[in-house]
Amino acid sequence: MLELHNIDMFFGGIAALHDIKFRVDDGSLTGIIGPNGAGKTTIFNIITGVYTPTAGSVIFNGYDITNMKAYQINRLGIARTFQNLRLFARSSVLENVMTAAQNRYVNSYREEIFSGNMTQKISPNLSSWYSFVESCLHLGRWSRIEKTLKFSSMQLLERVGLHDRANQAAGTLPYGMQRRLEIARALALEPKLLLLDEPAAGMNPEEVFELNDLITGIHKDFNLTVLVIEHHMDLIMKICPRIICLNFGAKIAEGTSEEIHNNPEVLEAYLGG
Amino acid sequence: MKRNIILILIGLALALWPLGGYQEGIIILMCINCVAAMGVSILTGFTGIFTLGHAAYMALGAYTAAILTVRYGISVFPSILAGGFMAILVAWLIGLPTLKLTGDYYAIASLGLCEAIRLILENWQSFTRGSRGFPGIEPYTTRGFAVTIFIFLAIITFNFLESRLGRELKASRDDGVAASLMGFDTHKSKMKALVISAFYCGISGALLGGYMGFIQPSMFDMMKSTELTAVVVFGGLGSLSGTILGSAAITLIMEYFRDISQYRMLIYGLLLVIIMVFRPEGLLGSREIWDLKMGVKK
Repeated sequence: MLELHNIDMFFGGIAALHDIKFRVDDGSLTGIIGPNGAGKTTIFNIITGVYTPTAGSVIFNGYDITNMKAYQINRLGIARTFQNLRLFARSSVLENVMTAAQNRYVNSYREEIFSGNMTQKISPNLSSWYSFVESCLHLGRWSRIEKTLKFSSMQLLERVGLHDRANQAAGTLPYGMQRRLEIARALALEPKLLLLDEPAAGMNPEEVFELNDLITGIHKDFNLTVLVIEHHMDLIMKICPRIICLNFGAKIAEGTSEEIHNNPEVLEAYLGG
Repeated sequence: MKRNIILILIGLALALWPLGGYQEGIIILMCINCVAAMGVSILTGFTGIFTLGHAAYMALGAYTAAILTVRYGISVFPSILAGGFMAILVAWLIGLPTLKLTGDYYAIASLGLCEAIRLILENWQSFTRGSRGFPGIEPYTTRGFAVTIFIFLAIITFNFLESRLGRELKASRDDGVAASLMGFDTHKSKMKALVISAFYCGISGALLGGYMGFIQPSMFDMMKSTELTAVVVFGGLGSLSGTILGSAAITLIMEYFRDISQYRMLIYGLLLVIIMVFRPEGLLGSREIWDLKMGVKK
């Protein structure tokens, strides 16, 4: 589904990533680990189009997305959460999810891309949407579509356990809930590939435990391919069948959790030898 | 729905209340200012782009409508719309390069735009009569007309802010990176906000011309631009009802102190300072007035 080929990323003279290559299979749940500054988030930023890599290419479902803009890549079906929470803080919890859900583009154009008929302009299929005039006057398809949107967003909020907070401003939620809201918001886009950037950061052990279930649950129920960056080794060891380990911008190991656990290079990176 | 009915009732009250000529003038002025302030509110309050030059769009609207009606004898309504579309055209040209950048580049460009438009109007004597002003505009902005346009625009603004577009604008205001990773082309979102806000200001300018019967470039200077932005901040960024209340209040206060006009700006400045010290988020913050008692939204 996703392939990274020889990715190099330089910020000025500093190499943040060097010769990164790996592939993520359809429907898999893969973890990325590594000490601080190893370049984990940079990889996510490259996949999602926030950065363009200095060299190398990113292939998504056989299509080269290296130079595409962030919003275009997102429309292909890649959604992510952020390590340092980027919610729409002044909007309500429900609005946050609805904002993403309204971009749940009808799959037809994705299929078009995947069948090779990639047009330069990636535009969503708007035929099932209300027009600007309808939204100005709240007429026609407006109420029906808004209602469906609200309903499906509430379902997602229920899934992550935030439905009773729907009308609160997102910025006023406790930390752990904000993380779960980010996951709900990403799911609202109905992605094919979901990137989770340190979903457990700042959570207490109990919350991490719940998060475990949530991640494995959505992976199964939403038919997703998931890529997780995490610091909590126990979380990642438990839920990810396959793990990639980075250190100083290079991939040092890849394999099952046991292989990673017993890999001397990984131990050295984490424990300083 | 309830909101629309309340707005229409307010409109009827404003339009039909028996008043003298002077009070009627204040109501017209209030409506004109509110229309322009709503425009700026969409851009600054809901999309987070600061502007210091929206009087330029008012000037474009005013002069377009005036020249079309006086010189070419085109009827009033199409001329006012043409004023709005003129503002859209210029906004689009300015926004295309400046809104691509992150940061307050549009604010700086808008400063220049405001001065440039004013200078063009002042110096293109053969077309605009320069700083002598453009007289003889048919007084088409009656109380009923101004109120109707204001209430109509208020209703559709509230409505579309509660829809797809409103969420898109707020998303790019709150976090541009997250918005683009939710599939929004943020440059396009900002462009939409800018042209819509320019349209409102253009309409407002055209109405102002029809009320005054006479326009001159100095009516649309920096002062007017900063006033528009100040009113929006005063009412609360991200609150349309706050903008309308703030704009109406400022118009009334400015009228009230007309006798001591040399101190008006002093009072105006003092008022802004007081508001910013005691309520830095503006009158209503980012809530609408009917959300106040719920206290759930920050």
